[in-house]
Amino acid sequence: MTAWRKLACLLLLLVVGVSLAANWLAPAGYARQYREAAGAPPSQAHWLGTDEIGRDRFARVLYGTRISLLLAPAAALLSTLMAALAGGLAGYVGGLWARLAMAVTDLFLSLPWLFLLITVRAVMPLNVSPMASVLVTFSMLGLLGWTSAARVLCSRARTLRDADFVTQARASGIRGMRLFWIHVMPNLKPVLYAQFLISIPVFILSEANLGILGLGVAEPMPSWGSLLKELEGLTSISEEPWKFVPLILLVVVVTLFQFVLSRQEEVAA
Amino acid sequence: MTRRPSFSPALSARVQRPAFFSIASVVIVACLFVDSAVAQGGGELRFCLHSEPKTFNPLLVEDDASESIRYLTGGVLVRMNRQTQGLEPELAQSWEVSKDSRQIAFKLRTGIAFSDGTPFSAEDVAYTVQQLMDPALHSPTGDAFRSGPGNVETKIISPSQISITFPAAVAGLDRLFDQVAIVSAHSPKKEMAVLGPFVMADYKAGSSVLLKRNPNYWKSDAQGRKLPYLDSIALEIQPTRDVEMLRFKRGEIDLINALDSEYYDKLAATSPQQVHDAGPSLDGEEVWFNEVAKAPIQAYKRAWFRSANFRKGISQAINREDLSRVVFHGHAQPAVGAVSPANKFWFNAKLKPEVYSPDTALKTLQADGFHMDNGVLKDRDGSAVVFSIITNSGNKYREQMAVMIQDDLQKIGVHVNLVTLDFPSLIARMTQTFDYEAILLGVTNVDLDPNGEMNLWLSSSENHQWNPQQKTPETPWEAEIDKLMRAQASSADAAKRKEAFDRVQEIVYEQAPFIFLINKNALSAVSTVVHGASPVILHPQTFWNAEQLTVVRK
Amino acid sequence: MLGWRIVRHGLAIVAIVLLGGLLSAVLVRLAPGFDVDEEQLDPHLNAASVQALRATRLQERNVFAFYFHSLQRAVHGDLGTSLSLRQPVTTLLRERAPLTLKLVGIGLLFSWAVAMAMALSAAWLRVSAYDALTTFVSGTFLCIPAAVLALLSVLWNVPGSLAIGLIVFPRVYRYARNLLAKAYSLPHIITARAKGLGELRILFWHVVPVVGAQLLAVAGVSVSIAVGAAIPVEALCGLPGVGQLAWQAALARDLPLLMNITILVTLVTLLANSGADVIGRMLGGQEA
Repeated sequence: MTAWRKLACLLLLLVVGVSLAANWLAPAGYARQYREAAGAPPSQAHWLGTDEIGRDRFARVLYGTRISLLLAPAAALLSTLMAALAGGLAGYVGGLWARLAMAVTDLFLSLPWLFLLITVRAVMPLNVSPMASVLVTFSMLGLLGWTSAARVLCSRARTLRDADFVTQARASGIRGMRLFWIHVMPNLKPVLYAQFLISIPVFILSEANLGILGLGVAEPMPSWGSLLKELEGLTSISEEPWKFVPLILLVVVVTLFQFVLSRQEEVAA
Repeated sequence: MTRRPSFSPALSARVQRPAFFSIASVVIVACLFVDSAVAQGGGELRFCLHSEPKTFNPLLVEDDASESIRYLTGGVLVRMNRQTQGLEPELAQSWEVSKDSRQIAFKLRTGIAFSDGTPFSAEDVAYTVQQLMDPALHSPTGDAFRSGPGNVETKIISPSQISITFPAAVAGLDRLFDQVAIVSAHSPKKEMAVLGPFVMADYKAGSSVLLKRNPNYWKSDAQGRKLPYLDSIALEIQPTRDVEMLRFKRGEIDLINALDSEYYDKLAATSPQQVHDAGPSLDGEEVWFNEVAKAPIQAYKRAWFRSANFRKGISQAINREDLSRVVFHGHAQPAVGAVSPANKFWFNAKLKPEVYSPDTALKTLQADGFHMDNGVLKDRDGSAVVFSIITNSGNKYREQMAVMIQDDLQKIGVHVNLVTLDFPSLIARMTQTFDYEAILLGVTNVDLDPNGEMNLWLSSSENHQWNPQQKTPETPWEAEIDKLMRAQASSADAAKRKEAFDRVQEIVYEQAPFIFLINKNALSAVSTVVHGASPVILHPQTFWNAEQLTVVRK
Repeated sequence: MLGWRIVRHGLAIVAIVLLGGLLSAVLVRLAPGFDVDEEQLDPHLNAASVQALRATRLQERNVFAFYFHSLQRAVHGDLGTSLSLRQPVTTLLRERAPLTLKLVGIGLLFSWAVAMAMALSAAWLRVSAYDALTTFVSGTFLCIPAAVLALLSVLWNVPGSLAIGLIVFPRVYRYARNLLAKAYSLPHIITARAKGLGELRILFWHVVPVVGAQLLAVAGVSVSIAVGAAIPVEALCGLPGVGQLAWQAALARDLPLLMNITILVTLVTLLANSGADVIGRMLGGQEA
């Protein structure tokens, strides 16, 4: 492991560790409202200032890291696996099945899933626990977010199916799913890793957007997505640069993931 | 009458006059030109509509954007002056309301034409009223006149006199005609032929609406200059407040109605002359609990929500001062009831906002057997008080208020789950499935007269939000409200009506079916290029006197 | 053979588009809030008017009958009337589609130009610091919410197509970078480089045949990503395109409009992906 990769791993573990230690490290609870200091800029008391209703932003970043850092990669993994199964397998099998699978994929890409999510929210009780709501949200994201990669994986698997090394393996007697898992799947990893790395920030942002449908992390619990939503105001982006800290943190974490996984990407390549 | 420069023969004969006087004459003549340039070339006013107008038919208006266009293009018989709140003659020179409030007779101005030149007469008024009151049209404006079953009769006495008789008394009958834009009975352009100061010139769906000066507008100012002064009004369809604000700062638009309090403060810091706080508006925010018998909520929760002590206790635990100060940056005031203090005549001044006091709240709740148990409020059966509040997403102030209320109620051991929903889902829960526990929503009042809210207060009504469509009033106090609202609706005596509605406000205060939170201030922004603006609290706030505005750009 | 493939693809597209329209109608119909209207909250409306308002949605309650009748009308060029905007859907789409096509088209061109420039330069230079930099830049844009990019485009007075491009390019970059890295690590490429072949020759003669099909698949997918990105960009920038229309229609549960927009989006997605498929097969190519 190179020094850079070791450093990336350590930093990622540090971020995870700090988020898990938020109870001790945060200057205040994430829900505590300092109403006399609402919308305050950074100060000694509030390192990243307070939000519009006086909650310490630094504390909310710490606590929010837990949810987003744990669940977004899990959802990304789910969508990646589904993409591998749907796209990779379809491309490997080929023929009518591949065409059917890709037709379903294209349909999936086009449908207004917003309404399915609205229906999911309607079916859930209003007094569901925040953790249950978050789990449902990220699960839905994982279950709906596989389509883009599936198409690319299908194309790649189709190319690999007729590759020399696969032909050789087939000639040696390896067939069916064994051939797929041992010889085709590893060569799909470049696309799988790309899908995984793209999905993490996309799901974090999507979780916040799903708040408009009543899904996502419920108040007062913070998440990176809800913190990033603070940027959606012209005043915020032009006059309050401290609100960019959650974005910087997300960029750093995504970059660290890319560094950590880049060895695997090189091996896959 | 238009003022024009005069070349007096006497002036031309006095060629030996000193140059000073010639120069003075030139200057005076130039000023006359400038004066009439202001009158006729008043510039183009630009502002945003926050949604696509749903209709250009003035009889079917129900959304804000369409209402703004109706206000600017429609000619009405009487106009409520948005500043003085008094009623003024417009197309009608005078009018008389019968003692039983069933009949109104108008004497119309003569020599007036629609924008396409079609003459205006009593026939047009009759046609408009018949169209408006057609049950098949389902006009919201028409429904405001519908106080009882039966047909409306119009009697054309002469081309400039008409009498309209309603089947039942209509409270505040004359004021309602402020919302009735007269349409032509004969013009081939139908409702596009207008009597107002502006006429529709162009409409690009999703993008913009352009109004131009109505060349046939009948009104002139005190000096005899034709109105409106403005050449045109360009309305951009812009739902995003942030972008609207940016365009205002860039000088691309000239007005903002219902300015966000956050933007008010930012603008006030740099350009204080551009912002206006007209004081409390008619708008408010409120919470109410689901009291519907058939609602799919647990019976013990329904029992809580139906208890006046529970509702009062919750109300007393909410810090309204903080809501006004933190969420609205001080540009709001704790609300007392359904009527804002801005509604000077109808507001019951004896009532005061609920004082924030967690101790008082707990005492009130104790009267119903609620008690604290390890920091958790429980009912007499030991169930922890947990309920959800739903509100619509996309309204950041409402979401902030919800979180602050959640925090306030946590202090008295009540756990609140907040759920923000898209508006159709929220309305479906509110009006169809009744699958909710508490709702936080706002109210936008456009009427001063409480008769406009009849369908809110009558227990049998669809819009009796906490428990609609009751076959018979389920509580004695709702029965009393029904009686009082019907009494004030059928009375022509303003004092009696006021007395009845004051009592309605008192009952609502005691029983708290709505927990009124705050009344927002009417904030607006007007660019310095606009002359003559005087923002008020009533819609349309900044351009209520559009016909007298001018825009002078450098 | 190719002609038969094209016909087969065409028939499949028609079938999927029709199915997409039906499924979208079912999704909208089943979602809560379908047959409510915020106008019914107007306290001026009496009971009869509220009932009448509700009745306007009656014909859509049976979604299958509604869909069948819509198809019948569509054959004659009538796509129905928008319930929320009260205008013919045909007119709305005809007025707004060109703007969205332009935004999405320019956005895609920009995103691919930037993504491929970054991915190719990273593959050519083979400098880990540069690779890290391009990864960081694309990762940054991946993390910026679409709404923020849209607002920044308004603030800085840049075209909405640039915002769409910035939303799409990190995704394209990520796939392209990995596919190109894989291709450039193949033995025959290493041999070609060792033998002194120029990078452009290597790219067009040895790399494109290997990854071309997959890059085309990415291209097809990027079209639907760009169309999706057009929704928040148009809605926030106030651009009167199909994306803004879709957002308004979704909020209003406007079934005729939503169904037709879905059909349009499905058609565009299918054409893009099928086109990528067909060209990909023409390119052939396989991995050693």
